[in-house]
Amino acid sequence: MDTCIEKIRAIGADLLAEGTVEKVIGFANGSIPMATRPVALTSEKDMDKLVFNSVCGLNLANYVSKNSLSKKEGKIAVVAKGCDARNLVTHIVENQISRDQIYIIGVPCTGMVDKRKIAALFEDEITGFEEDNDTLTVSSPSKTETVKKSDVLRHNCRVCTHRNPPVYDVMAGEPVEEQTLDQPYEDVDQIAAMDPDARWAYFEKLTENCIRCYACRNACPLCYCPTCFVDESGPQWVGKGQNETDVTTFHFLRAFHCAGRCTDCGACVEACPMGINVRDFTRKLNKDALELFGWEAGLDLDKRPPLDVYSPNDPNDFIK
Amino acid sequence: MNFITIDKKDWTPGVDQSRKTFRVYGPVEDENGCQIKPLAPDTQPKMDAPVTVMSAKSVLFPQTEKILTATLDESKDEHHVMKPVETDDMPRVVLGIRPYDAKAVQLVKLNFDNPDYQDPYWCASYDATTFVGLGVIHPGPCDFSTAVGSGPFSEDGLDVLMADMDDKYLAKILTEKGEKWAAACGFDTAADPKESQSLFDILRKEAEKQIQTDVATDKLADKTILDLYDAPFWEDVAFSCINCGTCTYVCPTCWCFDIQDETRHNTAVRFRNWDTCMSPLFTHHASGHNPRGTKVQRVRQRFMHKLKYFLDKYDQGIMCVGCGRCVASCPVNIDIREVCNRMNDYETTK
Repeated sequence: MDTCIEKIRAIGADLLAEGTVEKVIGFANGSIPMATRPVALTSEKDMDKLVFNSVCGLNLANYVSKNSLSKKEGKIAVVAKGCDARNLVTHIVENQISRDQIYIIGVPCTGMVDKRKIAALFEDEITGFEEDNDTLTVSSPSKTETVKKSDVLRHNCRVCTHRNPPVYDVMAGEPVEEQTLDQPYEDVDQIAAMDPDARWAYFEKLTENCIRCYACRNACPLCYCPTCFVDESGPQWVGKGQNETDVTTFHFLRAFHCAGRCTDCGACVEACPMGINVRDFTRKLNKDALELFGWEAGLDLDKRPPLDVYSPNDPNDFIK
Repeated sequence: MNFITIDKKDWTPGVDQSRKTFRVYGPVEDENGCQIKPLAPDTQPKMDAPVTVMSAKSVLFPQTEKILTATLDESKDEHHVMKPVETDDMPRVVLGIRPYDAKAVQLVKLNFDNPDYQDPYWCASYDATTFVGLGVIHPGPCDFSTAVGSGPFSEDGLDVLMADMDDKYLAKILTEKGEKWAAACGFDTAADPKESQSLFDILRKEAEKQIQTDVATDKLADKTILDLYDAPFWEDVAFSCINCGTCTYVCPTCWCFDIQDETRHNTAVRFRNWDTCMSPLFTHHASGHNPRGTKVQRVRQRFMHKLKYFLDKYDQGIMCVGCGRCVASCPVNIDIREVCNRMNDYETTK
């Protein structure tokens, strides 16, 4: 997967040199092991700062929305794995940006790693992380472990069926094989099979340690509302404290607001400092969107999302 | 100061014995990582825990704290009049705290307990709390405590500093509070002070050597606020920021809060909640105007407060103890060490 990086850099340099784009948004190495940081580069000389590896877990579509992009700004190139590209499509479909404002450098993706899963292999703190195709070498003061990347993939990457960007201007590598899954929503089915009390207890436990930092929301490309309902102060809709009802209200409403829009990119979980699997909320809605409307978000620039379109063959009777 | 040794076989019985006098806090591990929490009677502190995700600041300054209450029942005397709730002054001990977290409490104290203001809730908690620190043998890659006036064996703010000596703890009793805690646990095996201190010094030096990070703060005091404020690098620093509150909530020294009134039936409660300068709502005026309406302004505020305003106001160093939690937890890897160096090195061309 690392092999794409030279191509990404070359494409970025060409785009900047010929003036096709004003800047290239991609990932650069971070200051600690297993960290990368989003960067916007404007000079082709800086292209060697770009990296693409298994710890580019955020979604760069989050950096190209109405809020962050002014009309005056020229075209922007975005390094996009499958999910980033799907969220760029969603931005376009939701009229946040226009197709001609962005240049999509598509990257075939073999998944991102679950940093918590890797950290759990160690008693002490990780001080080194090297990646060579499917082999990860992780070290701490006490030991060095060699791990297969495929064994420590994030859950959303394990169940991803759109590793290749569906829409792009240029691809930085040959498409990778897409996965086919017998049971794509096994996790949702497991929760759905619980009796109501157990299910409620499960979700209570899930958000018990939420600190309401809103990293999940702010890492999410869908959450571009100028004022989020939890930040509304006149009138205020939700309590601000650690009251359980207020905390869960935030999570429930945010999830519902993502219905039919979520690409399961996993940026929310990646960003959460407490490691809360907030995807447990959105996954159910993704499953519903797929089963009821045959819909997966961000695949097609010309199709309207199920919740903003009327269709004569809508599966719900009440609407006919 | 006194040194004692605590055989690890005696540790758990001692801690259990102290529960009669103290409410015990310590590191515990759950689905969300390691946290400092009040320990249930059957729970022992995980003394070998890695750095907790959240600091120990919530022991004195909970994320949500009830401070005043009133009845709205008009048939009652003094209805609608806010009354203080009882403060919690039960003695408590925090076990296994990292030394920099105790230093952080001393910095937070400047805000909550000073000649102008004494916050009754924070002060009551502070008076009731004993901090038992554990020296850090292997500082992690985010730890830069030695660069900012703390360190893996710093004693500042601690009542007891312990060192893990495999089959026992060697403990340095630093205050009267520390003595009382040791007595409550029945830990009284004296150790030779001179020998113990030299053991501490060896461990400290070994640990300090492992902290590589070079963070310079020496030139910050001489900078002009407006020069730093107008420095050209803020857009660059802020680009990747998603403006969540993670850095401020995991920080042991961030003390900002918001006051909220909530009513239910005939009861009104006034709460104090942690707030974060990363949120636009933090400075949103009732008029609708927001003096820090953009992300870059908010990012600048966080660093200017920690690394410049605080330094200028209190002359007690920067508002950071080098725990590195914000570095470790930031979803986009904004690294305060880099920002600090950029500010420290910044020379205006004017």
